Amino acid sequence: MSLVLKLIAQRVSLGILLLFAVSILIFVGTQILPGDVAESILGQSATPENLANLREELGLNEPALSRYFSWLGGIFVGDLGTALTSGTNISEAIGARLGNTLFLAMVAAFISVPIAILLGLLAVRYKDRWPDKLISATTLASISLPEFFIGYLLILFFGVKLGWFPTVATVFPEMTLGARLNAVMLPALTLTLVVLAHMMRMTRAAILNVMQSAYIETAELKGLSSFKIIWKHALPNAISPVVNVVMLNLAYLIVGVVVVEVIFVYPGMGQYLVDHVSKRDVPVVQACGLVFAAIYIGLNMLADILSILSNPRLRHPK
Amino acid sequence: MDLKTIPVSAWIGIVSAGLFAFAAIFAPLIAPYEMSEIVGDVWEPMSSEHWLGTDNLGRDLLSRMIFGARTTLAIAALATIVSFTLGAFFGMAAAVIGGWSDQFLSRGVDLLMSIPTLIFALVVLSVMPANILTLILVMGILDSTRVFRLSRAVAVDVNVMDFVEAAKLRGEGRIWIITREILPNALSTLVAELGLRFIFMVLFLSALSFLGLGIQPPEADWGGMVKENKDGIIFGIPAALIPAGAIALLAISVNLVADWILNRTTDLKGGRGGN
Repeated sequence: MSLVLKLIAQRVSLGILLLFAVSILIFVGTQILPGDVAESILGQSATPENLANLREELGLNEPALSRYFSWLGGIFVGDLGTALTSGTNISEAIGARLGNTLFLAMVAAFISVPIAILLGLLAVRYKDRWPDKLISATTLASISLPEFFIGYLLILFFGVKLGWFPTVATVFPEMTLGARLNAVMLPALTLTLVVLAHMMRMTRAAILNVMQSAYIETAELKGLSSFKIIWKHALPNAISPVVNVVMLNLAYLIVGVVVVEVIFVYPGMGQYLVDHVSKRDVPVVQACGLVFAAIYIGLNMLADILSILSNPRLRHPK
Repeated sequence: MDLKTIPVSAWIGIVSAGLFAFAAIFAPLIAPYEMSEIVGDVWEPMSSEHWLGTDNLGRDLLSRMIFGARTTLAIAALATIVSFTLGAFFGMAAAVIGGWSDQFLSRGVDLLMSIPTLIFALVVLSVMPANILTLILVMGILDSTRVFRLSRAVAVDVNVMDFVEAAKLRGEGRIWIITREILPNALSTLVAELGLRFIFMVLFLSALSFLGLGIQPPEADWGGMVKENKDGIIFGIPAALIPAGAIALLAISVNLVADWILNRTTDLKGGRGGN
C-alpha cells in the first residue's frame, strides 16, 4: 500500500505545485505583460486623472511581487477581491455560478459517458465492419463541428420548430430538479455531442490496445464469445485508460462550457468570464481563470490518481 | 504522385477546401455586393437576388460570407504560421541542445498546456489591445505548445541517427543541424499536422469572434457573423447557421485531406498530437 500512497502523494504535490505556477502565469499574463493594465483598460482616450485613479484602485503603484502575494493570500481565505465594473464581491458571484456550471457539466457527463463507452465497445466488437466505419465517420464529422453550430441547430429544431425544450436556459435557485433538468437539456445535449465522439474514439483505441494481448488470444482459443471476451477480459484491463479518457473529457467539458453557456445564455462561470473579459474587468477574469484552471488541473490529477489506484501491479510490490 | 491513388474522401476535401480558398482570394471579384452595403430588409429569406438572404442589418449574407472567408482564412493561416515557426524551431532546438534548455522549454510548455487554451486566451485578451495582430500572436503562441511537443518528439528520434552524429563530428553548428539534418526528416510529420492545426485555428478564431473577443465589427468573419445573426434563431431564422455551417464544412474538408496525408505517413514517427 505504501507504494501507492507514495505515488499518489507525489502526484498531488505535483498538482499543487502546478496550480501555484499557473497562478503566477495568470497573474503575469494580466498584470505585467502589456506594460500598463490601466492604459489598456481605459483605452487611448483616458485622461491622466482617470489613469491615476484606476492605478490606485488596482494597486498598480505597489510592486508586482507584493501585489501577487496579496492576491494569493486573499485566495487562501476565499477572498477573490471585488469586481471593478460593478463593485460586487467576486467570491459570492462565482459561488452561485460555479454550481450552475458544474450542474450542467454533470448532466452532460451522465448522458455522454455511458453512451461513449457503449459505442466504443460496439466499435471494437465490429472492428473494420460497417458499425465501426459509421462510428468513425461520424466522429470525424463531429470533431469538426463548432459548438455554436450544434447548439443553434438544436435550438432551431428542438426549441423553435418542435418546442420541446426552452431555447434559453434560464435557471434560478428556487427551481425544482425536474424544471432545472428541462432547462439545461439542450446545452447538455450540445456538450454531449461535442465530447462524445472524442471520448468514444479514445475508448475504442484503449480497448483495441488491450485486445492485442496474448490472454485475449487465449480466451478466443477457449471459444468464448467476442462480447464475453471484451466484457470479461478486455474491459477490466482497459478500465484505467478508459477512466483516463473520461476524466480528460470531463476536463474538456468544463472548458467547452464557456461557449455553450454563451449560446444558451446560461448563468454560469463561462458567461461570467466572457462578460468581464469584454469589460476588461481584470480581477474577475483572473479569478475565473484560476478557478477554471484549478478544476482542469484537479480533474487531470484525479485521472492520474485513479489510474494509479486501478493498477493492481502497484498494490502488490515485489 | 499518381492522382488516381487519392481516395474519394480526400478529393471531396481538396475540392471543397479549394473552393473556400478561391472565394477568399478573389472575394472582391465574386461577391455580388459590398461587404457592409445595406441592400435590403433585415433577415430577408433566400431569393434569386440574395442567394443566402440578408443579415441582421439587411446586408447581403452571401457577400459577407465571401468576405468573411477572407478574414477567417487569412488570420487562421497567419496564426498557424506563427505557431509552426515558433513550435518547430523551439521544439527542435530543445531536442538538439538538450540539458537545461530542454528542461526549461519543456516544463514551460507543460505549464502553458495545463491551462485550457481558450481560458488562457480569454485571460490574456482581457488586458491586450483588441486588434488583429494581438489576436494572431495570442492564438499562434498558445498553439505553438502543441507543435513544440510534436517536433521535439520527432527531433529527439532523428537527433540520435548516424547522419546527425556525422554532421556533429564534422563540426556543423546547431543551426545547420536543425535546418539541414532534422527539419527535412521531420517535415512529413509536420505537414500532416499542419492541416489539423489550421482547422483548430479556424475553430479557435471563430469561437473567440463568437464570444465577441475576436474580429471586431464591421469587419466580417464567420464566427462574428454567427454572433450578429444569433438572435434570429429564436424566430426560426436560420441566418446564423450559414456561417456556422461554413466553418463546419471547411473543418470537415480539411480534416478529410489531413486524414489522408496522415494515413500516407503513418509509418513515420509522430501522428496526431495535441488531441
